[in-house]
Amino acid sequence: MALFGGKGSLPAHQGPPAGGPQGADFLVTRLEEMVGWARKNSLWPFPFATACCGIEFMSVAAPHYDIARFGSEVMRFSPRQADLLIVAGTVTDKLAPVLRKIYDQMPEPKWVVSMGVCASSGGFYRAYHVTQGIDEIVPVDVYVPGCPPTPEQLIHAILRLREKITSGEKSRDSRSARFAAGGA
Amino acid sequence: MTVAEAGILSPAAEKLRERVAASPAGPRAEVLDLDLPTVEVGPEDWLALARFLRDDPGCRYELFIDLCGVDNLKRRGPKSRFETVVHLHSFVKNEHVRVRVVLPDTPDAKPTLPSVESVWPAADWFEREAYDLYGFQFTGHPNLHRILCHDAFVGHALRKDYAPGQRWFYAEEDLRFPEWAKETDVRAGHFETQTISIGPSHPATHGIIHIVARLDGERIVRAETIIGYLHRCFEKMAEKHHWNQVIPYTDRLNYVSSMINGVGYVRTVEKMLGLTIPDRGRLVRTILSEFSRIMDHCVCIGANLVDIGALTNFTYLYQNRENIYSLLEACCGARLTVSYVRVGGLAIDIPDDFDARCRGLLESIPPFLEDVDKLVSNNRIVRNRFSGTGLVSRDQAVAWGLTGPMLRASGVPYDVRRARPYDFYDKFDWDVPIAQDGDNFARYLVRMEEMRQSLKIIRQALDVLPKSGPVNSDDWHVVLPPKDAVYHDMESLIYHFKLVMEGIRVPPGERYEWIEGGTGELGFYAVSDGRGGPYRLKVRPPCFPNMAAFEKMIVGGTVSDAVASLGTLNIIAGELDR
Repeated sequence: MALFGGKGSLPAHQGPPAGGPQGADFLVTRLEEMVGWARKNSLWPFPFATACCGIEFMSVAAPHYDIARFGSEVMRFSPRQADLLIVAGTVTDKLAPVLRKIYDQMPEPKWVVSMGVCASSGGFYRAYHVTQGIDEIVPVDVYVPGCPPTPEQLIHAILRLREKITSGEKSRDSRSARFAAGGA
Repeated sequence: MTVAEAGILSPAAEKLRERVAASPAGPRAEVLDLDLPTVEVGPEDWLALARFLRDDPGCRYELFIDLCGVDNLKRRGPKSRFETVVHLHSFVKNEHVRVRVVLPDTPDAKPTLPSVESVWPAADWFEREAYDLYGFQFTGHPNLHRILCHDAFVGHALRKDYAPGQRWFYAEEDLRFPEWAKETDVRAGHFETQTISIGPSHPATHGIIHIVARLDGERIVRAETIIGYLHRCFEKMAEKHHWNQVIPYTDRLNYVSSMINGVGYVRTVEKMLGLTIPDRGRLVRTILSEFSRIMDHCVCIGANLVDIGALTNFTYLYQNRENIYSLLEACCGARLTVSYVRVGGLAIDIPDDFDARCRGLLESIPPFLEDVDKLVSNNRIVRNRFSGTGLVSRDQAVAWGLTGPMLRASGVPYDVRRARPYDFYDKFDWDVPIAQDGDNFARYLVRMEEMRQSLKIIRQALDVLPKSGPVNSDDWHVVLPPKDAVYHDMESLIYHFKLVMEGIRVPPGERYEWIEGGTGELGFYAVSDGRGGPYRLKVRPPCFPNMAAFEKMIVGGTVSDAVASLGTLNIIAGELDR
């Protein structure tokens, strides 16, 4: 966790050198933690809303649940401006290349939330045209169960993602490797 | 022996038999009296019969409702393996008719029949769907390609010998881009045209729809829509489940007003069973359906206005949804995908404060509508964007098979709740709002007024809703017996076990039932072979013909008009692609 210091709140040996200005504001931290703190508080989501979950995602963005409380309300419809891909709804085999392309177009660092059971595992569509989980295509950071998940569940997922961003934990990327750019 | 088996036809079917006998297909066509008057015909006579049914003054079946295939491989009875089933509606006679085109068996299992796209333009996409899912070859079809499944798909998914879980690998380069869009249009002395893709992932498409448009400057000169990005195999899944297990799948068709889908589906099954539901159960269904209609229109108008830059209205309208969600949550525990209906009634009884909650909503919704009305209806920007854009004339609307607010905004007063009243819609005092202009603004006005009419219906339904009494039928062959009876009574336990393990036994036969969904006529065509689940279930999605009309509607307009028009179509991808 980043340490924030104010007037005299840090141990003396980390304080300003003797002879410098007394009582100045300062902080001591690691660079990654500082950057992580900034990133987690200004996630710019790309809403990849395909189905029913997209409607619940609208609820999260609407005034009642208000995702703005967590600094994530700046919806970007261009993947190049987003760092959080929220896949809300079923992804079919026809849609899978589109999803991968959008993921590839997002700049690093980027995170993926799989909202709902369809995106996570295909859900109750165990069928000829439905991708059985988006982790066949892209690496996923947080899975949200539910059909559709309640807005509280999605907010919880975003809170978990914030923890993950500060801790620097990486997502597993095993199933989706064959779709990676350059690979077949 | 039923009346039909004895060879005595109902008056409607008898009249149809007389007319069809005079048609070019007369001697070879057969008229049956099933749930609907049904004409059976071979593929060689189908095109002539189609023209006759549309043009004959005694028929005038102008509105193309639905076309679907049926595979009889695993069903005893029918003579040949494949048949195409078509439903049509006549405004003059105010009735539906079914045409069954019996396709003779061929060695290569590729049955051929003529396309009726030239008779009803609405048939275009329906025929492509039947080609995609069943492999029927429609001769004379202008653009016979796959529509729902992706282009690397092998086989035809709804055939009975296709394994439900068989997937095919699909890559980006497999997408079939329209041929005309690949050519460059170089006309002498003309400004260069260009082809753009709107979608598949685009903020204005509300879901995943892909529109390929050729532009001349800012104007669209040609467009084609690619759909199927959310084809979740609803119909194949339905064939693999029991009748009651299909209900959660129906919720995810039009997920913006999921209650209406469930009501439409269970009505079809109840009609096949000949089951009557207590009035209280039907009234609750009516009330919640009308609230769902309000939710549907709120999302449609709200999202549409966001597209043209009026963001505030979305927050106003969406609050209505949140409030209605609370009511649905109190009834069944779910907000969006409710699964509240069951064949024979409802999953559980309504909560004690149902009446108070509904009346609270009747108070809270109108102020939001008033606010939006004040902000939008006389707003100059909105009027400029909506008036005169996305024009659909009356004749076009009928030819393209539009229903619901789309059709009513073009001046056709066809509302299923009025044309063929179900539940209690004929007992209540309400109006069918229509508009004459057929533009985006007319559709906005129709939807706003429909919400007010829905509130009026709900108020009257609440006044007559009994405080107590059963909501479910007491036919234990269909409805699960009460839980304490299951624990203490052997017979109830057996009923419970049989229903859960084997499903409801629906007598063999077929049925088409239709209601007014949020976006238009929502129909379910079910075929039963006597097992515990549907043999074939076709949903007639109102979005499907509406979306098919889009590529014709936007030609000549600008791209920004197309964005405004797409919003007023109210496309719900779950229902469009199923």
